[in-house]
Amino acid sequence: MIESIRGRSLLSLDDLSKEAIVEVLDTAESFVEVNRRSIKKVPALKGRVVASLFFEESTRTRLSFETAAKRLSADVLSLAVASSSVKKGESLRDTIATIDALGIDAVVLRHRSSGAAMQVSRYVPHVRVINGGDGQHQHPTQGLLDAFTIRQVLSEQRGTTGLESGSELFHGLKILIVGDIRHSRVARSDVAAYATLGAEVRICAPGTLLPDGVATWPVTVVHDVDEALAWADVVGLLRLQSERGSGAFVASLDEFTFTHGLTVERARLLKSEALIMHPGPMNRGVEIDSRVVDSSQAIVERQVSNGVPIRMAVLYLSVAGSREGQAQ
Amino acid sequence: MSAIIIRQGLVVGAHASSVADVLIVDGKIVEVGTVDDAPSDAHEVDARDCWVGPGFVDLHAHLREPGREAAETIESGARAGALGGYCALVAMPNTEPALDSVALVAYVLERGLRTPLDIAVAGAITKDRRGESLAPMAEMAALGVRLFTDDGVGVQDPSVMRRALTYAKPLGVRLAQHCEDEQLAAGGTMNEGVLSGRLGLVGRPALAEELMVLRDIELVRLTGSPLHFLHLSTSRSLEMVVRARDEGLPVSFEVAPHHFTLDESACATYDPVFKVHPPLRSRGDVEALVEALRRGVVDAVATDHAPHAPELKDLAFDEAPAGMLGLEHAASLTFEALGPSPDPQTFFQVLSRGPARIAQLRRDDERVRHSAHGGAMVVGTDANVTVFDPAGRWSVDRHALASRSMNTPYDGRALVGRVSATIAKGRLVVDEGRLT
Amino acid sequence: MGNEDERQARTRGLAFTAKSQLMTADDVKRALWRMAHEIVERNHAVGTLSIIGLQTGGKEPAVALASILAEISGEPLSAGMLDVSFYRDDLSRNPLPTSSATDIDHDLTDRTVVLVDDVLFTGRTIRAALNALSDWGRPRAVQLAVLVDRGHRELPIRPDYVGKNLPTSQDEAIVASLDGVWIGTRTSS
Repeated sequence: MIESIRGRSLLSLDDLSKEAIVEVLDTAESFVEVNRRSIKKVPALKGRVVASLFFEESTRTRLSFETAAKRLSADVLSLAVASSSVKKGESLRDTIATIDALGIDAVVLRHRSSGAAMQVSRYVPHVRVINGGDGQHQHPTQGLLDAFTIRQVLSEQRGTTGLESGSELFHGLKILIVGDIRHSRVARSDVAAYATLGAEVRICAPGTLLPDGVATWPVTVVHDVDEALAWADVVGLLRLQSERGSGAFVASLDEFTFTHGLTVERARLLKSEALIMHPGPMNRGVEIDSRVVDSSQAIVERQVSNGVPIRMAVLYLSVAGSREGQAQ
Repeated sequence: MSAIIIRQGLVVGAHASSVADVLIVDGKIVEVGTVDDAPSDAHEVDARDCWVGPGFVDLHAHLREPGREAAETIESGARAGALGGYCALVAMPNTEPALDSVALVAYVLERGLRTPLDIAVAGAITKDRRGESLAPMAEMAALGVRLFTDDGVGVQDPSVMRRALTYAKPLGVRLAQHCEDEQLAAGGTMNEGVLSGRLGLVGRPALAEELMVLRDIELVRLTGSPLHFLHLSTSRSLEMVVRARDEGLPVSFEVAPHHFTLDESACATYDPVFKVHPPLRSRGDVEALVEALRRGVVDAVATDHAPHAPELKDLAFDEAPAGMLGLEHAASLTFEALGPSPDPQTFFQVLSRGPARIAQLRRDDERVRHSAHGGAMVVGTDANVTVFDPAGRWSVDRHALASRSMNTPYDGRALVGRVSATIAKGRLVVDEGRLT
Repeated sequence: MGNEDERQARTRGLAFTAKSQLMTADDVKRALWRMAHEIVERNHAVGTLSIIGLQTGGKEPAVALASILAEISGEPLSAGMLDVSFYRDDLSRNPLPTSSATDIDHDLTDRTVVLVDDVLFTGRTIRAALNALSDWGRPRAVQLAVLVDRGHRELPIRPDYVGKNLPTSQDEAIVASLDGVWIGTRTSS
C-alpha cells in the first residue's frame, strides 16, 4: 500500500491508500485556486523537465497534462509519438532511453498497451513516471479527477468545501458505473478510487462487457439498470470502446443504447440531485443522450476543468516531492 | 579410440540404480561395474554423489534456424542443450520458412550433424503451418522425421487434423499438437482470470487448451493414430489425457518446466519475459502439474525452449512475442519440482527415457545417422550419458547463457541440482558444468 | 502554532518540546497593538493597506492585526492569505510542505502590502512570498511584520515591524502564536 505519492511514480490507483488519494485531492484544491488567478502559474517545478510521451493520441489528456506542467513552471518535452516514426514493434525501451538521455525528471506516458507505464518505470527507475492511461489497465489521473469532482460538487451543494469534506463525504456514497467496464482503464481507476475512499460502488454492463474476475472487485454487479439508476447518488458512464473491439461484444450500438444507454427516459429515473459523469470523449446518442449531457445534473464540464488542477497536484507531489527519509 | 571412465556415480538403470563405474569406448558403453582396466588415456569423470543416467532428450526446442539466427542457431542451441544435459534435441518447425519440405528438413539435419548432439526434426503437419493442406509427411518421414507438428499454433480445423492423423498412421510417425483454440484465445496474452481482468490484459482461457485436447483425444479414438500433446498446462488437460492413455489410446504428453514452476502472478510485473503460449496458469494448475510429475504419470518434460532477440522482449507485453528459454535450466527445475527426495528413476524417465521413446530416435535410421537414446545404461548401448549432481548449486545469469538469447524468466534464481557432465555420442561435451 | 519550522516539523514527524515561555498571550496582544500603531504612523492611509498573512503561521497574527487596524482607523479592513508552498526554492531539499489556501480577493497593484508571519528566520519564506505577490499585481510597497525575529538570516531581508527580537541558536525552535511565544527543541515523535 502506497501511503503518499510524494517522490514516487503514479502507475495505478489499485495500490494507493486512502490517505494518499486524499492528499492528492487536497493538494488539487490549492491548484484550483491557482487556476483562478490572472497569472495561473507557480514556480514549483522551475528547472524540472517533464516529458509527455503519447504513444496513443489523446489531444485532450495531453493538453491537460502539458498545461499542468507548464503552470508549475516545468519545461515540457512533448513527443506525439503516435504520429511519429515510433510505431508498433519499436522497442519501448529504446524510445524511453532516447528521451531519458535528454535529461528528464518525469515522464507522462500514454500507451495503447496495458502495463507500459510499469515497464517504463523499470527501465528508468530514476525518472518519475505518471501513467496517463495504459491500455485497458489504469488511468489514475482520471480516477483522481473524478473523485475530486464528486467531492467538489457535493461539497458545494452542502455549503462546505472539498478540504473540509475530506474523505467523509464518500462514506456510503452510492456510485453506479454503467457501460463498457471490461475494456475501460477509467473504470478500473474509478473503482479503485471510489472503493478506497469508502463509497458503495455498483457496476452495470452487458455480460460481455464485464471484466474477468469481477467477483473479486470491491463492487456489486447489478443487472437491472433502471433500478440501479434510481438507487445512485452518482452515475458514471463510460465510452463504449468500439475501437477496442467492443462492437463485437454487443449486438449493435443501438442495442447497447436500448439495454444500457442513459436515454432521456432513463434519466427521469434518477434522483433529482444525482450527478451524471462521463470521462469523455462521449458517443452522444450511444451511451448517453445529448439532452442528458446538457442537463443540469451532468457535471462533465467540471470533470474536464478539474483535469488541470489534479494533474498539477500529481506532478507537484510526485516530481517536487522527495520520498520520506530521502530528504536532503 | 577415445575412452571416458565415469567413476563411482549412482548409475540409474531402467528399473534400479547402483553405484558403479561406467566405461565408454568409441561411442559405446563397454563396461558397467567396477572398472579396473580402463585405458590409461581414458578421460576420468568423477561422479561421486552424482546421478549417471541416459542423456536427456528434448522433444521441444525452437532452434530458430533457418530464419531467425539472431535469436538462436542450431549450433548455439546445441551448446545450450549440452549444458542442460541434453544429448538430443527435436527442432521445432516454426522457422522461417517453416520446416515443411524435404529440402528444409535436410538442411536442418545436415546442420545438426555439425553439432555434437543428435538434432532431430519435427516436420510441419501442414504447408507453411497454415493448417490448411497437408505437408509432404511421407517424404519427410523417409528422411527420418518421426514427429510432426504445427507447433506455435495447433491445427485449428478438425477436418484437417483428422485427415493428418489418418495420413500419418501408416507412416509410423506421430503427430504432436499445440493445443489452443486460436479463436477462443484470440488476442490473449496471459491466462484468463481474476488477474488478467485486473491487469487489463486480454486472457487466453484454459478452455482454449482444454477444448482442443478434448477434440484431439476423440480424433485419436476415431483414427487410432498416435498423438503427442505438447506442453499441457492445465489440471483438466492433464486429467483428460491421462484418462485417455489409461483407456489405451495411443496418446502421450509433455509438460514444460515454466508451467510447473511459475504461475500467472509473474505477469503482474508486465515483464514480457513471462509471456508464453500456452500462458503461465493458476497456482492450482501448477500444483496439479507438480503432483503429476511426482506421481510419475508424466511422459516427458520438454523445454519449449523459445529464444527471442532482446529487442523483441523489450516491447510492451501485448506486443512482445511469446516464449522463453528452457534448455539450460530444465533439468534443475525438474529436479526441484520432484520434491525433497526426488526419485532418480522418475527424473531420468521424464527427461530421457520418456521423450526418447516418443522421439523414436533409432540407430538403424541410416539416413539421419542418429544414435539411440534413453537407454538402460547397459553394456553395448550408445554412449549418450548425463551426469547430474543433485547437490550442485548455481544461479541463473541471463548474460552467461550459451543461448544467443537472454529471455529466461529465471534470471538471478538460485537452483539446486546441476548437470556436471554430458557425454553425447561418446564424446565428453560438458565436463564439470562447462563446455569442453 | 505553525511557522515555517512547524510545517516542516510536521511533515518530518518532529515534536516540539517547550523549554520556556518567552511571551504570554497578553505580551503578544500588546506587541500587536504596538505594531499596528507603527503601521498607521508610517502609512497614514489605512485604506490603501493590504494585510496578507503567510499560511499557516501568519494567518492568525494577520487577522488580529487587521482587526486592530480597523479598530484604530475606523475603516473596515480584512486580511488576505498567501500560501507560498509552490514558490519555495527548497522543494527538492526538504519534504514537501503541505499546501493550504491562498485567498487574496483584490488586485495588489498600487497597494501597500503588509506581509505578516509568525517567526522570521532564514528569510526564505519571505523571498517566496515576494515572488508569489508579483502574481497579484505590482504593489506600491511591501512591508513585513513578524511576531518574532529570531535572526539567522540567509537572505538580505529585514522586517519593518517586529513583536520581539529573540536571539536564538540554530538548533533551537520557536513557536509563536496569539497564545504566546515559546522556545524549545524538536525531537522525533
